[in-house]
Amino acid sequence: MAETTRKIRVLIAKPGLDGHDVGAKILCRALMDAGMEVIYGGLRQAPAAIARTARDEAVDVLGLSILSGAHLPLCRKVAAELAAVGRADLVWLVGGNIPRRDHAALRELGVKGIFPTGSAFDEVVAFIRAEVRP
Amino acid sequence: MTSPLARRVLSGERNAVARAIRLLDDREPAGAEVLRELWSAAAGARVVGVTGPPGAGKSTLVDCLIEAFRARGERVGVAAVDPSSPFTGGAILGDRIRMQRHAADDGVFIRSLATRGHLGGLSASTLDVLAVLAAAGFRTLILETVGVGQDEVEVNRVADSVLLVVAPGAGDAVQTLKAGVMEIAHVFAVNKADQPGADQVARDIEQLLAYREHGPGRADPGAAAGWIPPVVSSVAVEGRGIPELLEALDRHAGWLRSSGEERRRHRERARVAIVEQLRGRLDDALDARLPGRLDEAAARVADGASDPHAEAEALWAELSS
Ligand SMILES: Nc1nc2c(ncn2[C@@H]2O[C@H](COP(=O)(O)OP(=O)(O)OP(=O)(O)O)[C@@H](O)[C@H]2O)c(=O)[nH]1
Ligand SMILES: [Mg+2]
Repeated sequence: MAETTRKIRVLIAKPGLDGHDVGAKILCRALMDAGMEVIYGGLRQAPAAIARTARDEAVDVLGLSILSGAHLPLCRKVAAELAAVGRADLVWLVGGNIPRRDHAALRELGVKGIFPTGSAFDEVVAFIRAEVRP
Repeated sequence: MTSPLARRVLSGERNAVARAIRLLDDREPAGAEVLRELWSAAAGARVVGVTGPPGAGKSTLVDCLIEAFRARGERVGVAAVDPSSPFTGGAILGDRIRMQRHAADDGVFIRSLATRGHLGGLSASTLDVLAVLAAAGFRTLILETVGVGQDEVEVNRVADSVLLVVAPGAGDAVQTLKAGVMEIAHVFAVNKADQPGADQVARDIEQLLAYREHGPGRADPGAAAGWIPPVVSSVAVEGRGIPELLEALDRHAGWLRSSGEERRRHRERARVAIVEQLRGRLDDALDARLPGRLDEAAARVADGASDPHAEAEALWAELSS
């Protein structure tokens, strides 16, 4: 076979009930412009569906956009579902309205990167590139 | 059987299926080893190709077809291809968003693929990906191509039956019908039949088909005669026209078998797979045995000092000596 054509694969999803996804869509675009393959999972996804999609698509990175304030219960469910499908190894990012006081609890659940609303896309790109083995 | 990953794929373990596909899509050498042990188990699966202009409703129809096949108890694998950016190599893979209701169904495996520079409307890995899905027990396979313009017709080589989806309005249906894309369709779906102009599109297709029946220049001269593509109207967002589409696809599958065309198409598919591997070998051989020489030749050709035929001749002579 010729040289590998490896790309970083990312799943971007919005669990929970908030119906606003412009930010998530622009992030998809920024990651694409950075040369990544981005699967956009859409709005209102159940944690189990997100984990199953991450597994079936063999992504390196899962990015959740959560604006509703329900990040702790949602991420607890996602963490359990990721473990259940054998993908606790992926690089997990969360963005949105995430107050500082919750960061430690999220990291405890396995969240690697936390990007509060207003974070620069470049930061996200750089973080992913550093975390995903080439 | 030596590969543990292959064994896990054959037992239907989804994480293994996903990883095997990844290896093949990334063209990792380990992928070829796994595939070798899956190939015979993959034989005989049914592949329905779904193609058509951007936004015609391919993914929404695929979602409906998944539902219909599942209702008959078939296990369904889907490969959905979207284009990679030629500038950055990145891609947004958005097809599966229309198929989310199947996310919890163990009888469905959906995989998104990017073209990664491959032309023709598919990824270079598509055939391999379908083989992995088939080997894992997903015996009804649906392949959604990128939104095609005019000559992305590779799906015809990979699928048993090709469903061409067109819609009135944007993505100009008639434009699609002019060029090669129309020639490869076995079934037409005039989707968005709830929109004005759909009837006219259906009539246009019928007319073009009638002409083709009598006119010269069939797309695939080797193909058996006797199949006249049915034209089915659908409203994918409401699930309308789906039983009729399924019936048309099943009828085509039956005809493929009775006419001997299935055998011919499968051989053609195998031929393409081999040739694709040979091309890869050629690249490798150039790299390994004549390093840098392709670049030098390219510079000469670009400067007008030589021509592509002469350079290819010279490189080939050295490689085969
Ligand atoms: N009115 C109407 N809209 C439809 C119908 N089928 C699909 N759509 C809409 O058309 C848009 C495009 O549908 P998709 O299924 O994503 O089309 P596609 O051909 O897969 O698009 P690409 O993969 O981007 O080429 C969506 O907004 C659908 O909801 C239909 O029968 N009627
Ligand atoms: Mg689509």
